[in-house]
Amino acid sequence: MSDVAAEVRDLRMRYGTTDVLNGIDFEIRTGEVVALLGPNGAGKTTTIEILEGFRARSAGQVTVLGTDPGRGGEQWRARLGVVLQSWRDHAKWRVRELLNHLGTYYARYSTAEIPRPWDTAELIDLVGLTAQADRRIGNLSGGQRRRLDVAIGIVGRPELLFLDEPTAGFDPMARREFHELVHRLTDLEQATVLLTTHDLAEAEKLADRVLILAGGRIVADGSPEELALRMSAQAEVRWTLDGHRFVHPTDEATAFTRKLFAQHGPAVEDLEVRRPNLEDTYMALVKEHEQ
Amino acid sequence: MNAVRLGLARGGIELQHMFTYLPDLFQTLFIPLIQIVVLFLMRGHHVPGTTFSLGSLTLPSGIGMGFVLGGTLGVTGLLTVDREDGTLLRAKATPDGMTAYVIGQITRTSATNLFGLVVTLVLGLIAFPGVSLTAGGIVTLAWVALLGLLATIPLGITLGSLLPNPRFIPLVLLPLSGLTAISGIFYPITHLPGWLQTVGQVFPMYWLGLGMRAALLPAHLAAVEIDGSWRLPLVFLVLAAWSVLGLAAAPPVLRRMARRESGSRVAERRERAMLRAT
Repeated sequence: MSDVAAEVRDLRMRYGTTDVLNGIDFEIRTGEVVALLGPNGAGKTTTIEILEGFRARSAGQVTVLGTDPGRGGEQWRARLGVVLQSWRDHAKWRVRELLNHLGTYYARYSTAEIPRPWDTAELIDLVGLTAQADRRIGNLSGGQRRRLDVAIGIVGRPELLFLDEPTAGFDPMARREFHELVHRLTDLEQATVLLTTHDLAEAEKLADRVLILAGGRIVADGSPEELALRMSAQAEVRWTLDGHRFVHPTDEATAFTRKLFAQHGPAVEDLEVRRPNLEDTYMALVKEHEQ
Repeated sequence: MNAVRLGLARGGIELQHMFTYLPDLFQTLFIPLIQIVVLFLMRGHHVPGTTFSLGSLTLPSGIGMGFVLGGTLGVTGLLTVDREDGTLLRAKATPDGMTAYVIGQITRTSATNLFGLVVTLVLGLIAFPGVSLTAGGIVTLAWVALLGLLATIPLGITLGSLLPNPRFIPLVLLPLSGLTAISGIFYPITHLPGWLQTVGQVFPMYWLGLGMRAALLPAHLAAVEIDGSWRLPLVFLVLAAWSVLGLAAAPPVLRRMARRESGSRVAERRERAMLRAT
C-alpha cells in the first residue's frame, strides 16, 4: 500500500460564475485521520464529494488510492467507504439483512491483505447494534440509524473512509458514542479517514491533522496542537486571591504560576491554566479571511 | 455477471419483504382484485353486437393495462422515491451497486407484474366462463407477457430518471389515464373516432391488451377488433419497437441521473421534504 492515500493539487471548482475552490492542495497519508474544517459554504462538502468521485471538478489534479476519482471503476469504489447521512432508505430491510446483502458486493474485491467483507455479526457488534440486528431499519432510533450508516460505510473494510459531518444533529450522548466508535475503528483497523465537521472539539478529539478551509483555500494545515499554538501562543492563567478573580495571559504559564505561588503561597485558590485551543486559531483564521 | 447475481438477490429480498408485509401485499393485490370485482359486476353486459360478456372481454385487456401501469408508473415511483431517500446514492457508493440496483428493480417489477397476471388469470378462469386458456393461448400469453415487460420497464426507468422527484408522478399518471381511455381496455377501441384509434395504436397499452385478448378469448371474438383480427404479427412488431426504444433510452438517461447523485443533493431534498412535512 502506498504511503499517500489521497493527493490534491491545485483543485478548483466553479459553479456558474462562483468559485467555490480556488486551488487547494493537501494530501492524506495512509493511516491518518484528517478533519476538514471551515465555515458554511467554504467548500468542505464539495471537496469531499470530488474525492468520493460523486462530483466532477473544474480543474486540478486529484488522486485517491492511486486513481483519479473521475475515472474510478468498481474495483476502486470497493476500496472506499462513504458514510452517508441516511434518511429513510431501506426502511423495510432488517439490520443484519442489509449488512449481509451489501457485504456480498465486496466479496469479489477481497484480497489477501484485506479480506472483504467484514463479518456481519462482528460488524454489528462493533457498532453496538447486536440487540437491534433483526429489527426493521425503519424502526431504529436516530442514533442507532447513524451507527448503521457507519457500519454500511465500513462493511467492505475500506482503505479510505469518508465521513461528511457525521455527528450533525447528534445529542451529546450519541456524539460521544460515535467518537468512541471512530476511535475503535482507527485503533483496530488503522483506517485512513477524511471527515468534515463544524465541531472543533470533535476535530481536536478525532483528527491527527486538521485542514481549515476558508474562502475556497486551505488556510491552515497541521495537527490540532500545532494549529492551536500557531495563532496565539499565549495561555491564560486564572486564579482567586482573597475572594478576587484574576486573569493573566502569558507566554510562560509554568514560570508565571511558580512565581504566583512563591509570592502568595496557599492564598492562591481555584487555579486554572487554559492553553490556547483549536477554536482560538479557527476563529482568528476565519475572521482574518472574512475581512 | 456478478452484478446480475447481486441484483437478483436484491430483487428477491425486496419481493420477500413485499409478500411478508401486509400493507405492501395489499397494495400489490389491490388493483387486480378491484378489477375482478368491477368486471364481475359487468358480466351481465354484452360486447356490442354479440352475446359475449363484456366482463370476460375486459379481463385480458385489464391484464395488459396492469403491465403498462406496473412497468412505467410503478418503476417511475420506485426510482423517484429511491433517489429522494438516498437508496440510489447508497447503490452508487457500493461497487457494482448501480447495476445491481437496476436489475433488482427489474426483477421485482417483473415478478409483481407476473404475480398480478397469475392472480387475475386464475380468478378469471374460475369466475368468467368466456375466458379460457388453450395450448396456443399459453404460448401467446408467454411472449406477449415477456415483450410487455420489455416494452414497459425500460420506459419506466427512463421516465423515473427524468422526473425530479415523486411529486412529479402525476405527469406520468395523467397521460397514462388518458391512454387507458383510448386503448380499448374497458370498451372496444372500434367505438372511438378514427383519429383517436390511431393515437391509441401508437402506444404499447393497446397492443398489450390486444395480445392478452388473443391469448385468452375464443377466436371468433377477433371479429370486434380493428380489421376483424388479433393482428398478432403487428402486436409483436409494435411491442418489440417500444422495447428497442426503451432499451436504447434507459441506460444513458439512467447513467446521467446517477452521475449527478451526491450526498449534498440527497441532503438538499431531505431538507425540502422536511419543510413540506412541518
